[in-house]
Amino acid sequence: MADVAIKATNLVKKFRDFVAVDHLSFEVKKGEIFGFLGPNGAGKTTTIRMLCTLSSPTEGSATVAGFDIAHQGNRVREHIGLVSEKMIMYDRLTARENMRLFGELYDIPRDALRERIDKLLQVVNMEKWADHQIGTFSTGMKQRINVIRALLNEPEILFLDEPTLGLDPQSTNEIRDFARSINDDAGTTIILTTHAMAEADMLCDRISIVDYGKIVALDTPSNLKKVITGADTSVIELDVPNITPTLVSDIQSLSCTQTVTVEDETHIKVHASGDESCDNVIDAVRSGAGQIRSIRNVEPTLEDVFLYLTGHEVRAQVADKVTTKEPRSRHGARVQSRIR
Amino acid sequence: MGARSGIRHALWIAWKDLLDISRNRMGLVMLILMPLFMMGMVGYIFPSNSGMSNVPVAIANLDAVQGNASLSTKFVAQLEALNNKTGMMDLSTVGSAADVKSNIQNGQQSAGIIIGSNFTSNLKTGKQADVTIVNDQSNPQTASLIQTQLTQVIQQMGTQTATYGLNQTYKTPLNYSLAQVAPYNVQATGIVPGQTNYFEFVAPGIMGMVVMMSLMTGLPHAISFEREVGTLDGMLAAPVHRMSILGGKVIAQTTRGMMQGIIVLTLSIVLFGVVVQGSIALILGILLLGVFSLVGLGILITSFTSTEETATMIMMTLTFPMMFLSGVFFPISQMPQFMQVIAQFLPLTYAISALRQVVVLGVGVQAISRDIFILFGFGIVLLSAALLAFERAMKR
Ligand SMILES: Nc1ncnc2c1ncn2[C@@H]1O[C@H](COP(=O)(O)OP(=O)(O)OP(=O)(O)O)[C@@H](O)[C@H]1O
Ligand SMILES: [Mg+2]
Repeated sequence: MADVAIKATNLVKKFRDFVAVDHLSFEVKKGEIFGFLGPNGAGKTTTIRMLCTLSSPTEGSATVAGFDIAHQGNRVREHIGLVSEKMIMYDRLTARENMRLFGELYDIPRDALRERIDKLLQVVNMEKWADHQIGTFSTGMKQRINVIRALLNEPEILFLDEPTLGLDPQSTNEIRDFARSINDDAGTTIILTTHAMAEADMLCDRISIVDYGKIVALDTPSNLKKVITGADTSVIELDVPNITPTLVSDIQSLSCTQTVTVEDETHIKVHASGDESCDNVIDAVRSGAGQIRSIRNVEPTLEDVFLYLTGHEVRAQVADKVTTKEPRSRHGARVQSRIR
Repeated sequence: MGARSGIRHALWIAWKDLLDISRNRMGLVMLILMPLFMMGMVGYIFPSNSGMSNVPVAIANLDAVQGNASLSTKFVAQLEALNNKTGMMDLSTVGSAADVKSNIQNGQQSAGIIIGSNFTSNLKTGKQADVTIVNDQSNPQTASLIQTQLTQVIQQMGTQTATYGLNQTYKTPLNYSLAQVAPYNVQATGIVPGQTNYFEFVAPGIMGMVVMMSLMTGLPHAISFEREVGTLDGMLAAPVHRMSILGGKVIAQTTRGMMQGIIVLTLSIVLFGVVVQGSIALILGILLLGVFSLVGLGILITSFTSTEETATMIMMTLTFPMMFLSGVFFPISQMPQFMQVIAQFLPLTYAISALRQVVVLGVGVQAISRDIFILFGFGIVLLSAALLAFERAMKR
């Protein structure tokens, strides 16, 4: 048990009749970066909130850093750091004052606290701004302070709930690198939620894909991708300048097709199975008077894995962009049994 | 995590809240502007007797007899002489009764005096002389005050004239003549010497009201807003006892309420001439008890609401009737029975009544021990309820 940072057993959270988290069970190893990947409303934040003792589970139990979330709340809180979806900072306080407040709440001795604040500010290059009010900062600057604020108590486990949401590419990279280095240097276990596939792919040791409050798949990024290739499914991308709805539905009605996604005005991505799948798709496009500029077999990304497992896209809830041949539950169920 | 670190946490949270309040410039300005505005407004709506001065009054002398033989000229001169002493009116002469009317209508004057055309001849032939007081009905409060005052003045002048007449005709001594004309000498006196102005009545009420209003807007911000923007999670995810968070909020809001109360007290003494008869320490003590109850009530409400908007709305809905029912403007004993019953359940009622007794009557602790006891009870009950509700709300 010594190497387990978090163990959740049948966690359930209901809001009235609505089940936001549906019997989640998983284990996070110490020193791991563990990702929760899922669309809006999947229950990622709700799960994190329960693990941080901010909300009590309707059913089930969990231990965090070896302490029970229901009965040893304070012990849990001593060992965790939280970067939540909403920034935990007071706009009218300066960066240093914000950190000072939270440091005091963690009972860090004054001298140690001062040193720690200075060091952390340095790490994220914010010393210059230490005595400016947070309200005057850009989102990227705020988030850097927000993240180091969660590290004040040198937590064993750091929760990052969509830490790069709304940041520009540069700040996003900085935060990701920073998370990586915290994990490398201090061995901090990190729980990361995101719906950015690339982020999960590059950062996480293991990813659990959640949808509708359930874990659909849980494995390393590379193993997750093998789900697709192992299932004899290929991902075909076609460059077709004259996409029409009929064309899309023609491809969709092929027996080998699993999902068809119109990516932009000229690109279609098809998940298809079987040896003949490529030929069949090409035939379908041609007979529908579609012009094929190029066609390639692409490496599956996590996005494809998600689409394959859940039958719907992760980022966009734009229904008309996604056309699913089979009901999503069948896909999900089939693959899940395959993973286990 | 002992009691000491619990208190330390509470103080840090209070420090944070107060720092936040002190950096909100507009909020600080409002801390002073709101009571100023309230007191100014209340003073305007309810003008006090003694505070009435320089009321513009038109006077039309229609007496047929003018010049030396005219008794009306004498009357006017007498009125002016009297007025010079009190400075109550700002008299200006107009030509006709119609002018009086139109001047009041266009707002140039607030009242008018018309001296009848038979004034001199009536008096000389042993009849009563007519003086008409014209009122501005659009401002009933001022009108009734002016009317009372004018009637008094004119009657006083009549008494003087009659006394003088008796003295001249029958050679009776002046004081005996006065006793004949006006046998009753009525005087009113209060419990404390000197004149009370209306501000002394309303100042304690305004103190209670302004403190209540500032708390009822401050609390939703301090609690609901923090929950809404997610910063409360930062404290809840730290090893901090829920009591410390609540304690910090109570300390910060109480400080804010007390500051607001002291500002009102200072303003009413310095700017509005309120004389405090009792002890200032006692006033602050009562204020503190009142603030505890209000903070308790406020936290109770914010705990049951999920957003700052709803919390503020509910607060305002409660504040308004509380303001009127707790005797800020009108004595509770003059209210209808059922309102008096409701008033008994409002902590502010007791705070204001105790404050008023100390400010106006200068009583000590014993005289208001009942109010203090009840306020204490309210404070304990409301704060405990607030703690339970807060505790529950945090676990959602
Ligand atoms: N306090 C609450 N009361 C009622 N429903 C809630 C509450 N909190 C969350 N929910 C619901 O629970 C579901 C899961 O929400 P949650 O915030 O955990 O999703 P998420 O995976 O974090 O999504 P996102 O990517 O948008 O952050 C949503 O449908 C949400 O509406
Ligand atoms: Mg979320």
